[in-house]
Amino acid sequence: MKFPAPAGQRKEGDMERPQYDYAIVRDFVHWSIFWGIAAVLVGVLISFQLVAPKLNLAPWLSYGRLRPLHTNAGIFGWGIGSFFALFYYVTQRLCRTGIWSRKLARFQLWWFNATIAAAAVTLLLGYSQSKEYHELEWPLDIMIVVLWVVFSVNIVMTIVRRKEEQMYISLWYIMATLVGVAVLFIVNAAAVPVSLFKSYSAYAGTNDANVQWWFGHNAVAMVLTTPPLAIFYYFLPKSTGVPIYSHRLSIIAFWSLIFMYLWTGAHHLLWTPVPDWIQTLAMAFSLMLIAPSWGSVINGYLSMNGQWHQMRDNYLVKFLILGITFYGLQTLQGPLQAVRSFSAFIHYTEWVPGHVHMGTMGWVSMVLFAAIYYLTPKIYGREIYSEKLANLHFWLVLTGQLVYSVSMWIAGVMQASMWQAMNPDGSLTYSFVEVLSKLYPYWWVRGASGIIYLAGVAVFVYNLYMTAKNGRAVAEAAA
Amino acid sequence: MWEKNPVLFLVLAFCAIMAGSIVTMIAPFATVNTEADRVPGVKPYTALELAGRDIYIREGCNNCHTQTVRPLVADVLRYGPYSKSGEFVYDRPFLWGSRRTGPDLAREGGKYGDEWHYQHMRDPRSIVPESNMPAYAFLDHEKIDPDLTRRKMKVLGFPCTEADIKALAGKTAMDAMVAYLQKLGNDDNWREAAVVEYQGETKKPFEDDATIRKAGRRLYLEHCSGCHGSDRTGSIGPDISDIDMEEEELFNLIYGGIPGSGMPGFSNLGADRIWKMVTWLEHRGDE
Ligand code: HEC
Ligand code: HEC
Ligand code: HEM
Ligand code: HEM
Repeated sequence: MKFPAPAGQRKEGDMERPQYDYAIVRDFVHWSIFWGIAAVLVGVLISFQLVAPKLNLAPWLSYGRLRPLHTNAGIFGWGIGSFFALFYYVTQRLCRTGIWSRKLARFQLWWFNATIAAAAVTLLLGYSQSKEYHELEWPLDIMIVVLWVVFSVNIVMTIVRRKEEQMYISLWYIMATLVGVAVLFIVNAAAVPVSLFKSYSAYAGTNDANVQWWFGHNAVAMVLTTPPLAIFYYFLPKSTGVPIYSHRLSIIAFWSLIFMYLWTGAHHLLWTPVPDWIQTLAMAFSLMLIAPSWGSVINGYLSMNGQWHQMRDNYLVKFLILGITFYGLQTLQGPLQAVRSFSAFIHYTEWVPGHVHMGTMGWVSMVLFAAIYYLTPKIYGREIYSEKLANLHFWLVLTGQLVYSVSMWIAGVMQASMWQAMNPDGSLTYSFVEVLSKLYPYWWVRGASGIIYLAGVAVFVYNLYMTAKNGRAVAEAAA
Repeated sequence: MWEKNPVLFLVLAFCAIMAGSIVTMIAPFATVNTEADRVPGVKPYTALELAGRDIYIREGCNNCHTQTVRPLVADVLRYGPYSKSGEFVYDRPFLWGSRRTGPDLAREGGKYGDEWHYQHMRDPRSIVPESNMPAYAFLDHEKIDPDLTRRKMKVLGFPCTEADIKALAGKTAMDAMVAYLQKLGNDDNWREAAVVEYQGETKKPFEDDATIRKAGRRLYLEHCSGCHGSDRTGSIGPDISDIDMEEEELFNLIYGGIPGSGMPGFSNLGADRIWKMVTWLEHRGDE
């Protein structure tokens, strides 16, 4: 297989090979890392605010305003920013043609940055709709719609003009993401503005809750599941050199996944006033979701048949396989949390941030790290500066993430037991504040885990910087 | 085939996504918030309460506080009657939240007096030393904008007269916040109705000895000192270092509280622990 020269070195008018645009991929990677660092820094700050409330230094730096900034910067800045980069890369390669419009992609880059920057400023100012993962007020919602339309048009047009008849698995997940996010976002955004930065939801009370968590859970599906899967299905075979184990399994897993996810939103609303039958459907479909989720996990594992030695000598494979493993654990833990009786226990507790961060710091971020490392020869024209550092990065983020999740699970189970504990005379054993005071040690540990993770990210950034500055140039054919 | 036709693919993917969406997201509109859901007595927000609610949203209180009591024993004991759909018909957006870093607030209204809330919002640790809630003293320095509030009331269609808007003059964000907190889940004044009379023998179950007094003191410091001061000489609540009450009367007062006065009831602590506090309180000045 022949590879074109990296963007910077390509000669204009070189018509034999497709004109891939790698510069845009590189720039999206840079900006997504920038927002990712912001997300992790704010994550560390809010963890310490919970143990040292003095750290709520000013109104605009208080926990209630910073937490949405953390989630938005993490999911939309780091997550979606990287997906833009990687989707442009993967789509060009799988279609064997350049991006439909480079100009539009350039515009999209700056529009994306303007949107995230505006998001950061408005969240700090307290302009919020309060709905989780949909906090941004209506003018920003409009910016996001423009962003998504521009992106979707560019990707779909590239696919339409592809030179490869068959659309590979990754393209299915990419297209599902485009449609899914569009539908979810538009419905949940419906609101009536009263001023430039204040609006009221079009839905009231229980309806609003149900619509919001239909959105919220499927933001997990369409942002934290399908895009990383698109990336996984492309970069695992690329990194190992062997194809995905079963195409048929991929087909079944894909269609059942996108069909089932949309029924499960109400598992965030178990025991609330949302009608019981919706909760029951959500619980049932959440359990069924194990099958398509594990379809991908097993497909990934079986693709490693005869290749497991690469876990030792290929750092990309390490990131990818640990990533899919966390996805597998996540999709067992999630359905468990969706069971009414278990939800009664752990809902609202520290357990849930443990679940969340195994997904975000483990699954999503691990896969993104691998893909970005894989891209360095393409976007910088240089081999990675240091595999040792890449390995150090791996161990730091793995440790940070495990310590985070495990400490929160323990804290969550303790908190849940104390909340429910009753005396023989039918009174509650512990007051709310008694339980609260027992959480501080765990929160300190979580803060420490955040610092370990942050150190891992710093190593990653340093490694990329040194690669761009003075890594070895790639021998043209081996890129 | 769908693997070769992107347009067909997008259509199929759209259909797959819409199936569950239509059933679980669109269909419920037919039954939710209809007459069947109505809870009598639930009132729309007043201008001041609405302004407070918007500050609650702005400050992201929902990142730490939920607003739904679940129909589970521990939830109901801790927070009050479980939440019903009809109680939320005026909530745009809903504020049920997903994390209980702080306690549920669905039934906060009427639990404490206004004065408690003012002090707690300004400096939570002055009342609850273990709290990690941020201090919101800055809300005192911010005035409510009457014109904006009028517009909001109109958009939401809540009843509001010019006199209501006039009354907002000079109100601070803190006033609005406390007004909002005092409305939460209390439209039917359930607290007054639900003052629990102790069903059972009101007789001290144990002798007055030093270990009981010690336990009583510990309980007092945990549940009462925020309002009555650690030395019982009072702060938000009155001086109770020198109360003159029958022990049965004192027991009933602590068990049921004094509705509407800012003295909450402590029935959920159970009789045993209340008797321990009674024992200690009767033993005036004794450490
Ligand atoms: C960092 C998380 C956090 C944030 C943000 C937060 N709180 Fe709290 N809140 C707590 C904790 C913890 C408690 C329990 C300890 C205490 O009473 O201070 C609490 C207690 C309360 C109580 C007393 C509840 C009761 O019944 O005893 C009220 C009322 C309250 N908060 C209102 C608010 C409001 C209004 C905001 C937003 C302006 C807010 N809180 C923001 C954590 C938070
Ligand atoms: C939220 C604040 C608050 C808390 C917490 C609180 N109280 Fe009170 N308490 C008050 C207020 C306010 C009054 C005055 C009520 C009135 O005006 O009748 C009061 C009145 C009393 C009285 C009657 C005093 C008198 O002279 O009539 C007693 C006794 C008492 N409280 C005991 C307790 C005990 C014991 C606890 C802890 C279990 C407790 N209180 C917790 C606010 C509080
Ligand atoms: C089959 C798959 C999954 C199921 C059934 C599932 C189920 C759940 C449930 C029931 C909750 C609510 C917990 C509670 O509040 O009591 C939850 C929360 C969450 N899950 Fe999962 N999960 C799955 C996979 C994932 C994955 C792969 C991610 C990726 C990161 C993820 C991210 C989240 C997030 C961010 C939340 C927190 C939402 C919030 O309350 O703000 N989940 N999940
Ligand atoms: C050093 C790394 C990180 C730290 C220390 C950290 C810390 C935190 C803290 C303290 C919270 C609030 C938990 C609570 O409600 O009690 C939180 C929530 C959250 N974080 Fe992180 N975080 C980190 C990385 C990330 C990353 C990389 C992402 C996304 C890509 C992310 C996504 C989220 C989400 C979605 C929530 C909301 C969870 C919920 O609603 O339950 N975090 N994080």
